[in-house]
Amino acid sequence: MSMTITEKILAKAAGKEKVVPGELIDAKIDVVMCVDVTTPPAISMLVEKGIDKVFDPERIVVTPDHFQPAKDIKSAELHKRLDEWARRHKIKYYYKLGRAGVCHALLPEQGHIRPGEVIVGPDSHTCTYGAFAAFSTGIGSTDVAAAIATGQLWFKVPASMKFVLNGSLGTGVYSKDVILAVIARIGTDGALYRAMEFVGPALAEMSSEARMTITNMAIEAGAKSGIIGFDEVTKQYLDEHLKEKTDYTVYESDEDAQYVGVEEFDCSKIEPMVALPHLPSGGVPIAECAGKEMDQAYIGSCTNGRIEDLRIVAKILEGKQVAIRTIVVPATPTIWKQAKDEGLFDIFYDAGCVIAAPTCGACLGGFMGVLAAGEKCVSTTNRNFVGRMGHPESEVYLASPATAAASAVEGKLADPRKYL
Amino acid sequence: MSVAHVYDRDHINTDEIIPARYLTTDDEAELAKHCLEDLDVEFVKKVKPGDVIVAGENFGCGSSREHAVWAIRGVGVQTVIAKSFARIFYRNAINNGFYIIESPDALGKINDGDELEIDYKAGLIKNKTTSVDINFKPLPDFALEIIKAGGLINKLVQKER
Repeated sequence: MSMTITEKILAKAAGKEKVVPGELIDAKIDVVMCVDVTTPPAISMLVEKGIDKVFDPERIVVTPDHFQPAKDIKSAELHKRLDEWARRHKIKYYYKLGRAGVCHALLPEQGHIRPGEVIVGPDSHTCTYGAFAAFSTGIGSTDVAAAIATGQLWFKVPASMKFVLNGSLGTGVYSKDVILAVIARIGTDGALYRAMEFVGPALAEMSSEARMTITNMAIEAGAKSGIIGFDEVTKQYLDEHLKEKTDYTVYESDEDAQYVGVEEFDCSKIEPMVALPHLPSGGVPIAECAGKEMDQAYIGSCTNGRIEDLRIVAKILEGKQVAIRTIVVPATPTIWKQAKDEGLFDIFYDAGCVIAAPTCGACLGGFMGVLAAGEKCVSTTNRNFVGRMGHPESEVYLASPATAAASAVEGKLADPRKYL
Repeated sequence: MSVAHVYDRDHINTDEIIPARYLTTDDEAELAKHCLEDLDVEFVKKVKPGDVIVAGENFGCGSSREHAVWAIRGVGVQTVIAKSFARIFYRNAINNGFYIIESPDALGKINDGDELEIDYKAGLIKNKTTSVDINFKPLPDFALEIIKAGGLINKLVQKER
């Protein structure tokens, strides 16, 4: 019987030969990711109900990230609750301030993501890890409480949609532009409850980092998960990053696996994209919005705060001055150090940017670059909902790091290709 | 008496339901004060316990923050009726024992301010103001089991005993 990669991973996790879309399963969880905003409520639930336990202190990865370093007294209290719990249960992989980073950049980088595994976390962008041929999905606090205590969760097996990425990306066009084009076509609920499976030759040319940008935004089309099959690129990344547990199982979709839809894209025709407010599906080619004045550029987040992204930004900013407030947020301490060692910080400083500590920060309107009423921000993040980065009357324009950098230089939305 | 608060819009997202600036607390009463703040600042002033929110497609899209369900429940809303729900919000509602209603027709048959009576077992919304009945498909059994237990954690506790 044929299955997709997603169905195979879930079947294994449920201890079954086969699963079909729509089927309810109890799946074993391989890794539970925990962050500062949504995990403390889960801890409180478990404590209140007298089941304050963890299923396996070596399969839980903890990193404060949303409001870290603590932005105010209340977020400090959240961190305190997370810290006390992680210590009490001797969580092996607990990344404290100094080693903590934006979860979805941190976990793959620190070798916690393996193909064929099931990873959950109380953050909607947990779907990022699908870039490594794993099943991963975002859950709420109650679900994470159950996962922490039992290592199991109920799932409805999602039907899969296939996205065939043909052709090669042009200069100045990146994986962020691809996913913005995908979401612009299918809409914010175009993949509701589905697994988005990405295939095609354009992926072969993308690094694992670039692929993570694609799976990261699967949730912005309503999907349960995003997934990319295993190949040499995946293997190389894993060889470099897996530390203690280096074995894994590779699953592949069968040739005759069933999909509820297939969407084809000619990536050579995709232009640098900007998602206009107030939905991630508002993507248009840069030519349709270039010239729109901005107040701030934000470069960071689980979508585009990795070293590759910072290198692209540095390439464009080198020897230039930014015309608007520009905030660069390396997603993890390792990326921060890499960027410093590679001299990127000098370029950012000389250009007039500020460099922040790793945090989700202003991406979700927390701190470190929140917008005032009427302000507009070009951002490498993943959401541009009303009030996402600050005042409900502010506006967020989602774009690639290159487009954000070019826009920072001009102070208005700009085509990055003229700088490359 | 349950009054309908109708928002004829798709993709009402978690940032509108409870903005991230309030995520430093998980206290339901505190979150309730800001329920739907970035969508309609008047909502918390007019909503009464037992009232209902009615909306379009993909309600609750965006973040995994369960705070969205807590804010809505905290303000006393008995259920949300939407054409469809975003996946994580749907899960979070069920896991909290909070019944939500998926109905493709309700939005067109309920006006803002209408009085509703809901029979969850029968899958029936009675619009008392217009005397129109709207059928809906009750939640699947597995979800009802969780709701009956009072949420996923309570179900877990039952299992542990």
